[in-house]
Amino acid sequence: MKYAIEMRNVSKRYLTAAGTEVVAVDNVTLEILDGEFFSLLGPSGCGKTTSLRMIAGFELPTAGEIYIHGRPMDAIPPNRRPVNTVFQNYALFPHMTIGQNVAFGLEMERLPKAEITRRVGEALEMVRLAGYEKRKPHQLSGGQQQRVALARALVKRPEVLLLDEPLGALDLKLRKEMQLELKKLQREVGITFVYVTHDQEEALTMSDRIAVMNGGRVLQVGTAAEIYERPRNRFVADFIGETNFLTGTVVATMAEEHRYLVQLTGGAMLAATSEHPLRPGQQVIVAIRPEKMHLNGSQRSLYHPDTRVSIPGRVQEIVYIGTDTHYDVRLEGGPVVRVREQNRDAFAPKLGLIGESVNVGFDAAAARILVD
Amino acid sequence: MSTIPSVPGGARRRGFLLMLPSLLWMVGLLIIPLGLVLVMSFGRRDPDGNVIYTFTLDNYLRLLGFSRSYPCGSTPPPCFDALYLSILWRSLVLGFQTTVLTVLIGYPLAYFIARAPASRRNSYLLLVLIPLWTNFVIRLYAWMIILRSQGVLNSVLGWLAGLLNLPFQPLELLYTPGAVLLGMVYEFLPFMILPIYTSLEKINPSLYEAAADLGANPWRTLWRVTLPLSMPGIVAGTILVFVPVMGTFIVSDILGGRQVILIGNLIQRQFLDARDPAFGSAASILLMVLTLAMTLYYTRRFGFGEEITSA
Repeated sequence: MKYAIEMRNVSKRYLTAAGTEVVAVDNVTLEILDGEFFSLLGPSGCGKTTSLRMIAGFELPTAGEIYIHGRPMDAIPPNRRPVNTVFQNYALFPHMTIGQNVAFGLEMERLPKAEITRRVGEALEMVRLAGYEKRKPHQLSGGQQQRVALARALVKRPEVLLLDEPLGALDLKLRKEMQLELKKLQREVGITFVYVTHDQEEALTMSDRIAVMNGGRVLQVGTAAEIYERPRNRFVADFIGETNFLTGTVVATMAEEHRYLVQLTGGAMLAATSEHPLRPGQQVIVAIRPEKMHLNGSQRSLYHPDTRVSIPGRVQEIVYIGTDTHYDVRLEGGPVVRVREQNRDAFAPKLGLIGESVNVGFDAAAARILVD
Repeated sequence: MSTIPSVPGGARRRGFLLMLPSLLWMVGLLIIPLGLVLVMSFGRRDPDGNVIYTFTLDNYLRLLGFSRSYPCGSTPPPCFDALYLSILWRSLVLGFQTTVLTVLIGYPLAYFIARAPASRRNSYLLLVLIPLWTNFVIRLYAWMIILRSQGVLNSVLGWLAGLLNLPFQPLELLYTPGAVLLGMVYEFLPFMILPIYTSLEKINPSLYEAAADLGANPWRTLWRVTLPLSMPGIVAGTILVFVPVMGTFIVSDILGGRQVILIGNLIQRQFLDARDPAFGSAASILLMVLTLAMTLYYTRRFGFGEEITSA
């Protein structure tokens, strides 16, 4: 079977106590490949956790179907689904030892004692917690509890592992370590991971593919690079990383497909790519990442509509953040954009530029035209 | 080596003042009366019903059946009479039955309330507590009206039998051990439901999901997760029910008539009807020691108020 998980037009609607209807998941269709690390990424309330809970079986879809390796899941309760979950708060059984926690799922399968002992040992070894069998969950640190939760789910050898913001409670350094560890673990065990997170950096670091969600809908599915470099709409561009949004008007359609000549509000012209068909005179947004822009000195130059774009402006603010410096520049007749430059040489950052006139330059190929 | 941090004099005085009301309460209303009862239990009754303060174990021996100065039925003393032991035994059995029944009835209800939507839980708890707003004795009289031979229950049964053309003899329900057990369960059920509810409500709902996720069906989740985690509530409820059931006399007085005598009734009668406070005191002390011993054994066995640290 090609897909580990398929969601076909899945919706989840709730009635609140006040009687109003809330759409948590709105007509979502997703295909998650066997063996991939797939992330559901979005702000809180976007429907990512509800989607995961429907795959696990804790909640039933109001409409649509869910298949796990081709088998429909509509009448299957959570305890009979071939998936296991790592919960956000770990949900370790507080009255059981670590060993008993990890053994629980195997005991439910009524496996022989010797096999349970062996597999529990292996699972704890895999998460580097061998020798912790006799301890209670509250005697462990957050990171260790997290690894027990992982071992408890993986020891069942599920077809798909569901992870609901498993690193959310950890501090930044530990979270970074665990991200790499999880990714490595996923490659080793070869199980499909479905990973829910609101942390875009986490999703970019770990995932083979990402689905960006907002308002119960999937806005874009793709690899980290696809989503970062070619966002399909304003929300995705804004949510993943930092983006400058410039307003403009379509002036002409160019010979190459999907390329349009756009005049920015300040007057500068550029040719950029759009995934949506546009017509001349249409108002659009041009998105460009801060690291794709740079300051090319205080000299004014003429604009080049084709590839190089250069827009005059004045430096308002300079923020030094170690590896990079952010320059906030007010463009002539336009908005404030952020330019991000690496502090590559000893002369960086260019602190003396504050209040000075500069040209903000970028390659038009790095800009995307978005409709909304 | 002392590690007690020094407390400034002012703070210590304030602490003492805060403690004073409860201290006075405990000493005046618990420790002194209890001491009096203990002293009295070693005394003797004079022919006018006054206590002669002396030191004799006669009262305790009499409770255990060895009567040195009172006749056992028609046998003159010294003699053996198992009357008080049987009362003690009956009280223990009733306490045990009441506790088991309140757990069996109260647990599912507490579980239902704890898993209900948060907005409805308080209303449900209120329903559990409403009976407690009415006087204890009045509610027991209501049960009398239901249970007596021409009572509500017999009338309904008679009417049903009439419909089906069956012969009907009113059931003798009142003044039986069953009526006393019913009254006890009815009376003490809220004291079982509340602590169990409290411990169930504290269980993180994702633990139920985790159990299901790992392959446990609802029954196995109950046995392996829910019950062990709500044990502190069951222990607390058991103590709140078992201890007062052992000592109460009103339920057996009203619903048992004079047929069902418990240790509570025995104590009450020694102080009021029989005018033998010395013997009544000995029975009180014995009851207290017995319940204390059972409670201690029980809490050692199952733990008490031992919060299981949530992960």
